[in-house]
Formats: sequence, structure tokens, C-alpha cells
Amino acid sequence: MELSLLKALNEERAARRAAVLVTNTASGEARLVKESEAAGDSLADEISKHLRSGRSGMLEDGHTFLTVAVPPPRLVAIGAVHISQALAPMAKLAGLDVTIIDPRTAFASEERFPGVALVAEWPEEALKNIPFDAYTAVAALTHDPKIDDVPLREALAAGCFYVGALGSRKTHGKRVERLLEAGVREHDVERIHAPIGLDIAAASPGEIAVAVLAEVIAALRKGPSMAREAA
Amino acid sequence: MAEMLERDALEIAEAWREAGRKVALATVVETWGSAPRPVGSHLVIDEEGNFEGSVSGGCVEGAVVGEALELLESGTTKMLEFGVADETAWRVGLSCGGRIRVFVEPVA
Repeated sequence: MELSLLKALNEERAARRAAVLVTNTASGEARLVKESEAAGDSLADEISKHLRSGRSGMLEDGHTFLTVAVPPPRLVAIGAVHISQALAPMAKLAGLDVTIIDPRTAFASEERFPGVALVAEWPEEALKNIPFDAYTAVAALTHDPKIDDVPLREALAAGCFYVGALGSRKTHGKRVERLLEAGVREHDVERIHAPIGLDIAAASPGEIAVAVLAEVIAALRKGPSMAREAA
Repeated sequence: MAEMLERDALEIAEAWREAGRKVALATVVETWGSAPRPVGSHLVIDEEGNFEGSVSGGCVEGAVVGEALELLESGTTKMLEFGVADETAWRVGLSCGGRIRVFVEPVA
């Protein structure tokens, strides 16, 4: 493989963009296909199939190998709250990159979240540096529309593979009204998991975190294909 | 976040190459049975035999590194296949009973 090709592949991976390296193991020749270019490729069907599964593999010809690079799944929790304190370490154990955004610096402190990536900014500011994508799960956990609403809209617009919001059915009803008023399509609003988390009758913050993480994993493994969402 | 991630073989390959080292990349391209590492797993090797990553649970890395060092001399690519260890021949193999194919190529 040429170094320039390896660099191009690593560049896509660093930018959290999906790509496939197509290697002819007989000749040693290789080329890079970015997800955005996959549809027009001569191997479009095979490449899109592998992008959806996220798995590398040999094609039936026995010499064309597809190295699939899809971004690692990421969980962004809006709100440095009790649930996040339990959710962050569990999500990391489950293999997710975790980021917590909360403009309230008293909440988003290193003492409360040791070893977790914390962004003590308003979401609209924070998202300029860490934009959402199809490989991101977003859990809005503050109960505060001033903090939760913008990232929810951004998450739906970016096709995040999971979007959840804390709050009772009544709270969510008001949220839906606000989002629709703000111009979010009804079809998109329906994608929000609310009340957040699998229905396991969770009571404590730790139990709610389990319910949220389980729902995120279900969306990741069973949900609509992340690649399709991105397209 | 980063401390949770394994050191990434493809990034290491780029960094080593940029540092002027000769580098080969080994990739698991096919598996049969109970293979220890999934298809797409990488091992990166430099000309001194330093390596990072893995293509098996440690069963065949030594053999892959040996082949990689030869490829770094010749500049060619090679497909390696490992199965159950052949005890009489003392060849390396996979104790799990699986079979893997590993593609080794220089990073030019």
C-alpha cells in the first residue's frame, strides 16, 4: 500500500467519515472509496453492504478485500447530571466514546466526572467543534429546554443513530410542540426516544442510565442502518 | 476518550513510516472456524521486527513478523495461511482449531 493512501484513509477515520479501502490481494493494488463516493463506484453494491455492516471482508472473487473503516460510535450526553455520572463510565465500558456537554460549570466539573470528556459550553457553541454525525447517539438529560432543545434539533438534522430526551410524557408533549414550531418535521420529531430509555421501570439515576445505555445499544445494533441514515 | 482506545495499528503504521522506518502491514482477510481475531484485524511491523496490533491471540505473530521482514527486503506482497499446528513439523498454527488467511504488504 502507498503511504499516501494510508494517510488518506487515516484522514477519513480521524474526521469520523466512513471509507473503504479496496485491495487487490493478487496484484497488491489498492484504492480508497469514501462513503460519499460509494454510490458511483464499480463495486457500489458490495461497498454499501459492507459499510452498513461495518465489517471488513473478502469478496466472492477471492482476491478483492474490503477494509471497512466506520467511525466508532459516540455518545453525547447533554447535561452533567446524576444520570450522566452513571451513564458515562458504563457507556465507556460498552465501547462508546463519551462526551458530556453542559454550560453550567458547577455541574460539568472534573471532580464529578473524572476521566470523562467534558465541554462546559452551551451546546450551540460546543457543537461547532464536535459536530454530530450518523455514528453519534445523543441523550438530552437536563430537563431544561434552554439547554436540551438545540442539540435535539441538531441531532435529528445530523441523522444521529439515537436521539433520546429525558422527561415525562407531558414534558415531552410540550417539547414536541416547541420543536414543531421551530420547524422540525414531524417525521423527525417522532425519532426522539421519550420518555428516554428502555422500559425497565428504572427508578434511580443509575438504573435510568442502564435503561438509556441499553436503548442506545439496541439502536446501534438493531436499528436502522447508520450508513443509510447518513446517505 | 483516547485512553480507552487500543493503539491503532493504521495510525502507528503511518507514524512509523513518517519517521523513516520501513513498515509492513498484515491484515486478517479470511477466517474459518474459531479464529482468534476477526477479519480486518491488523498487525504492523517495522524492519527491526518491532510490531503493534495482532492478527491472532499471539499464536502466529512471530511467523507473520518473519515473513514481513522478508517482504520488506523484496517489496512484494504475500498471502499467508495458518491452520491447526502441525506438531510433527513444528510449524506454528492456531491451537483453537481455526484457520486464517493473512495478507502482508509493505507500506511503500
